[in-house]
Amino acid sequence: MGKIKLIIWREFITRARKPSFLIMTILGPLLLVGGMVLVTFLGMQEGGIQNIVVVDKAHLLTNKLQESNDIKFFYEPDELSDSAFKASPYSAMVEVNPLVLENNTIQIFYKDLPSMTVQNYISREIEKVLETEKLRVNNVDPATYRRIKTALKIQLFDIEKQGKQSYDQIKAFLGFGFGYLIFFFIFMYGAQVMRGVMEEKQNRVVEVLISSVKPFQLMMGKIVGVAMVGLTQFLLWVVLTLVLGTVGMGFAKSAISGAAMQQTTQMTTQLQAQMDDQGTVQSDAGEAAEMLGVAKAIWDDLPVTAILLLFVFYFLGGYLLYSSLFAATGAAVDSETDTQQFMLPITIPMIIAIVIAQTAVYNPDGPAVFWFSIIPFTSPVVMMVRIATGNAFAHPAELALSMALLIATFLFTTWLAGRIYRTGILMYGKKVTWKELGKWLFYKG
Amino acid sequence: MLSVENVVKRFGDHVALDGVSMDVPKGKIFGLLGPNGAGKTTLIRIITRITGPDSGRVLLNGRPMTDADVAAMGYLPEERGLYKKMKVGEQALYLAQLKGMDKQEATKRLKEWFERWEMGNWWNKKVEELSKGMAQKVQFVTTVLHQPEFLILDEPFSGFDPINAELIRTEILRLAATGTTIMLSTHNMGSVEELCDHIALIDRNHVVLSGSVKQIRQQYSTNTYRVEFKGQAVAFANALAYHGELLDHQEEEGICTARVKLLHGATLNNVLAATLPVAQMIGLREEVPGMHEIFIRAVSEKNPDLVAAGTTE
Repeated sequence: MGKIKLIIWREFITRARKPSFLIMTILGPLLLVGGMVLVTFLGMQEGGIQNIVVVDKAHLLTNKLQESNDIKFFYEPDELSDSAFKASPYSAMVEVNPLVLENNTIQIFYKDLPSMTVQNYISREIEKVLETEKLRVNNVDPATYRRIKTALKIQLFDIEKQGKQSYDQIKAFLGFGFGYLIFFFIFMYGAQVMRGVMEEKQNRVVEVLISSVKPFQLMMGKIVGVAMVGLTQFLLWVVLTLVLGTVGMGFAKSAISGAAMQQTTQMTTQLQAQMDDQGTVQSDAGEAAEMLGVAKAIWDDLPVTAILLLFVFYFLGGYLLYSSLFAATGAAVDSETDTQQFMLPITIPMIIAIVIAQTAVYNPDGPAVFWFSIIPFTSPVVMMVRIATGNAFAHPAELALSMALLIATFLFTTWLAGRIYRTGILMYGKKVTWKELGKWLFYKG
Repeated sequence: MLSVENVVKRFGDHVALDGVSMDVPKGKIFGLLGPNGAGKTTLIRIITRITGPDSGRVLLNGRPMTDADVAAMGYLPEERGLYKKMKVGEQALYLAQLKGMDKQEATKRLKEWFERWEMGNWWNKKVEELSKGMAQKVQFVTTVLHQPEFLILDEPFSGFDPINAELIRTEILRLAATGTTIMLSTHNMGSVEELCDHIALIDRNHVVLSGSVKQIRQQYSTNTYRVEFKGQAVAFANALAYHGELLDHQEEEGICTARVKLLHGATLNNVLAATLPVAQMIGLREEVPGMHEIFIRAVSEKNPDLVAAGTTE
């Protein structure tokens, strides 16, 4: 036992001391948070003022569209020729055909594709004007219309959880996130195990070591040591992301509130106008509050401890299962280029797992999801989705079966990998075939 | 100390060892000699329990070997290496601790070794910064650091320049003098014949010859002597009569060097008594067959058809 500890420690410390570990540990969360901040920031910044020309032959919209800070409207009674538009300072041209009241269709010609925000803004503004016009034409009182207009919201309730809204879709996404983490971890650190084994074999260090320790100890020491590196990195990421996230969110918030200040003044005037001619208004602030409410509801609803424990279980189970196969691969080959033929059968189940997990987000009860959450090669990723939605807790027998199978399989693959490893690490200059691997399993130890 | 009894090992259809037996006496240097591919490394891997024999057994002090015995022995494999990115001192400590040594004790002994072999400033160097010979020295130190009672050295001199090879040779003799039992394996028979007390010659999965070097030399003695004298070669040859046969001779500045093979039943004394009247003796030396020569003879005696076609060098 003392020896395996030594091995684990060496595997851990030599990796954790590498500059690349430190760099990845710092860069990981920076990239993650930085990316998020950048996206929010860029999302708020529109590329300068958008001058949009509205070709309005029927004179339905002229001078009726509300402008914003960034979006200015200009009106033309006649169509611009392509060349005239290209030469104009306008970034987009909205063509409103005279029959728009019947067909509800407009065309936008652009030089640079307008962002979704701009498109939505244009669409919303034109809708408002057209609605007002339709009300007038049909002789409907705007007040009546406001009462009639219906914006339906669906609230979902699981009959098992009385009085609580369920947010299965969002939870499923959360589960997929967990599954994706497991997938990522297995590949990143499994490959490290493989490279480590190959390094020892190429250096011939392994020849020296196996007179001191059993090959199986050597293999397990490496697997556990690398897992510790991974867990340490994750832990540091979580801590750093939280710290940076708090700082980053603070920064983002102040930036947002600054921008929001400008918007609110504008919005109040807008709101007044909207209140007059449109029924429902949903402010951004309202949306944000609702999002927070949802997040809290989900958090309260989730058995967080159970999920985290199961996450760690599937995380380690999946890693142990695959890393032993990676270790066997590393032992069987002489160089990285020879790994291809053995990598494929390891990679394919993982790819399948991630694809099935994606479908599970939308349909956690499907038969494919059921089977792949039981099969141990895919269960660590797929089952996480079922766990997050609560589906797995509703079928405890299936969860237990999946967990038991995962344990049994990783014990089996570790045994199998141990047999291949034992023979493989001392075998040089031989192109290993599947048949050869099969023979190794039955060599006398 | 160590006895190998009738060990058989097959890899699929290939027989790597076929009924191999030998005894390694305690406190001696034992040479396991044979060409490449004869099965030396396979035998060593069976002794170190890296692989198991299909049949037969290995006994240490009369009882079957255990994992603890293996962990206690020192083993320098033929294919050897170190972690390139690790520092020399740290790595030596790691290997020593894997051998079950206490960290303080290992550090102390390592420092002693490093001082003795003038490697003091290597401690914080990475292995990749060392030359191949330097790395080999570190490797040797880590093999013997825990002062094993039983030491297996597979091709110990490969990778060393002549000066360092001499250093290792001295060290092997010193270890043997302190009572360590050493098993040396090599295909280069000439390099170890002066070191070994006992040998086993392996060829094509069989032991062709084993025993103490003295005995084997006697057994394969050619009964040929090199005699230096002042006098006439012809007179010398005539005086030999039925005691010996003059194989060839050279004369240089009045000194004649003759190779004499004793004829059946004759002793060296007979030869001397017969030739003293005609020759003024200067020197006398037995022509000892080299281990390589003995190997070839032993192989061809066992397999007259093959006439040692498989020997190397």
